[in-house]
Amino acid sequence: MARRAATLPILRRLADTAASVRLSPLLPKPDVPNARSVTYMPRPGDGAPRAVTLIPGDGIGPMVTGAVEQVMSAMHAPVYFEKYDVHGDMKRVPEEVIESIKKNKVCLKGGLKTPVGGGVSSLNVQLRKELDLYASLVNCFNLPGLPTRHEGVDIVVIRENTEGEYSGLEHEVVPGVVESLKFCSERIAKYAFEYAYLNNRKKVTAVHKANIMKLADGLFLESCREVATKYPSIKYNEIIVDNCCMQLVSKPEQFDVMVTPNLYGNLVANTAAGIAGGTGVMPGGNVGADHAVFEQGASAGNVGNEKILDQKKANPVALLLSSAMMLRHLQFPSFADRLETAVKRIIMEGKVRTKDLGGDSTTQEVVDAVISNLD
Amino acid sequence: MATPIGKGHRSLNLTLRKELNLYANVRPCYSLPGYKTRYDDVNLVTIRENTEGEYSGLEHQVVRGVVESLKIITRAASLRVAEYAFHYAKTNGRDRVSVIHKANIMQKTDGLFLKCCREVAEKYPEITYEEVVIDNCCMMLVKNPALFDVLVMPNLYGDIISDLSAGLVGGLGLTPSCNIGEGGIALAEAVHGSAPDIAGKNLANPTALLMSSVMMLRHLNFSDKAEQIQNAIVSTIAEGKYRTADLGGSSSTTEFTNAICNNL
Repeated sequence: MARRAATLPILRRLADTAASVRLSPLLPKPDVPNARSVTYMPRPGDGAPRAVTLIPGDGIGPMVTGAVEQVMSAMHAPVYFEKYDVHGDMKRVPEEVIESIKKNKVCLKGGLKTPVGGGVSSLNVQLRKELDLYASLVNCFNLPGLPTRHEGVDIVVIRENTEGEYSGLEHEVVPGVVESLKFCSERIAKYAFEYAYLNNRKKVTAVHKANIMKLADGLFLESCREVATKYPSIKYNEIIVDNCCMQLVSKPEQFDVMVTPNLYGNLVANTAAGIAGGTGVMPGGNVGADHAVFEQGASAGNVGNEKILDQKKANPVALLLSSAMMLRHLQFPSFADRLETAVKRIIMEGKVRTKDLGGDSTTQEVVDAVISNLD
Repeated sequence: MATPIGKGHRSLNLTLRKELNLYANVRPCYSLPGYKTRYDDVNLVTIRENTEGEYSGLEHQVVRGVVESLKIITRAASLRVAEYAFHYAKTNGRDRVSVIHKANIMQKTDGLFLKCCREVAEKYPEITYEEVVIDNCCMMLVKNPALFDVLVMPNLYGDIISDLSAGLVGGLGLTPSCNIGEGGIALAEAVHGSAPDIAGKNLANPTALLMSSVMMLRHLNFSDKAEQIQNAIVSTIAEGKYRTADLGGSSSTTEFTNAICNNL
């Protein structure tokens, strides 16, 4: 950021000329983004392998987590997995799994099937609440080489993960009348702006319905506005959730980072994921003050359906990209870069694609292609 | 009618709906031939429960920094809107009704809504019935909207999904809606808000309200007149000579309206 308010005209002209010379057309632009992680200077001992809790989960979960395991060992990444069996029909997440995550601080998981309309409360939600993973993040972006109806999409949806409509507080007042309670508070706004600041994002948009839910979403908006004043270089605006969904399907390029309460976050994240390529390719994770759990970004159909399971055609790209996010979180940036580059290359080539991207490959074929494309 | 954000009086739109007991909000969304958007094959109707759910207006502050908001779902209201949805599907020749919910998380509230819909579905065996989780629905809508026919859902999801569907076909300037009440009351209105930024400048797109009046005429059993007006609107937009700003043209409201009148 320039410190001086006004530059002398002659200096400004020299600066402009210098800039145009730097962008000389004689130098070819590399087709892969320039990764400069060679400048990451670790402390002695940072290369010691890190333990990561792994929960394969249900449905396509074991297939895609298996894919990650294969790629990690092919890269010789300094992570090793402590695998735990958790299934959606268990009453609670087993104590030993929670202990493991608390010890390792980082977890990678496939989806856990949630029974619809009755029975146990979702184990996915239970895990998030128990570890207080209050921020959920999905990065929805166009992958070069993958055609979609919308271009120029690069949105990060940051969603409050523990309260809001998913508090699980419901009760029946009289037979035939049920109430559900929604809580709202402030930490998610702070996380969203901090994320934007650390990742060089230019704009944060708060998504709400405060014209109807004046107190609840009103509180959410107030906290966003307060935090926005502390980050003057980041633009802040607000949008009502129904308008937001409409804008997402017509002009998605206007959005950068979006911060939302729990329920809207689910809808907005899935809509954004849908326009950018689908649940099969969007990475994401959940983070709290002490722990982080990485999983596929968008939650719709997380456990897949029977046919995909039988034919072994689940798309591992989303979880592979999430594991790259995990590697960065663990401060292994060059491994993260290599993994992402390999994945982006095979998407760009387009020869190996699973069914949801319009191809016919199996999960294993995609994994083999990624491994052979690793630098 | 404009509603203040985050403060002030309760939405007058909501008050009107509650007073007149307008329990179902019906919004048909279909791709207009001649107006190209990224989606060509949209032909769906969203039916939204209009009186309760998350929009009950029951909120309070527990302590400073913690607020509670109540979402109410009742058997009576859910049955009512489900009945209307299936009745609408039958009378308009629609084959499929999809219920949109999040009952895997909100097991009692959305669970009750689902139960009611299942009950009504049994009375209409010729109509295909399916249940779709809201996040999956959003994903499917943006990837392949042709999968949906009639959608029925509680208040909040209905609000969001109907606007999303409007976005798929060209925006709020084009979408009509009709609110149905008990005893045959119908209130037809455009979906869009009050648009204070273009108010009074003769720039607004009147298509939404015109299409809403077409729905009203059908409700009053003047189908041939309704057909006439609808065809005029569709052909004016298809011609492309007169279009308002939100559709990429530069006509004013009056020019556009005159073009429609000429096409009648």
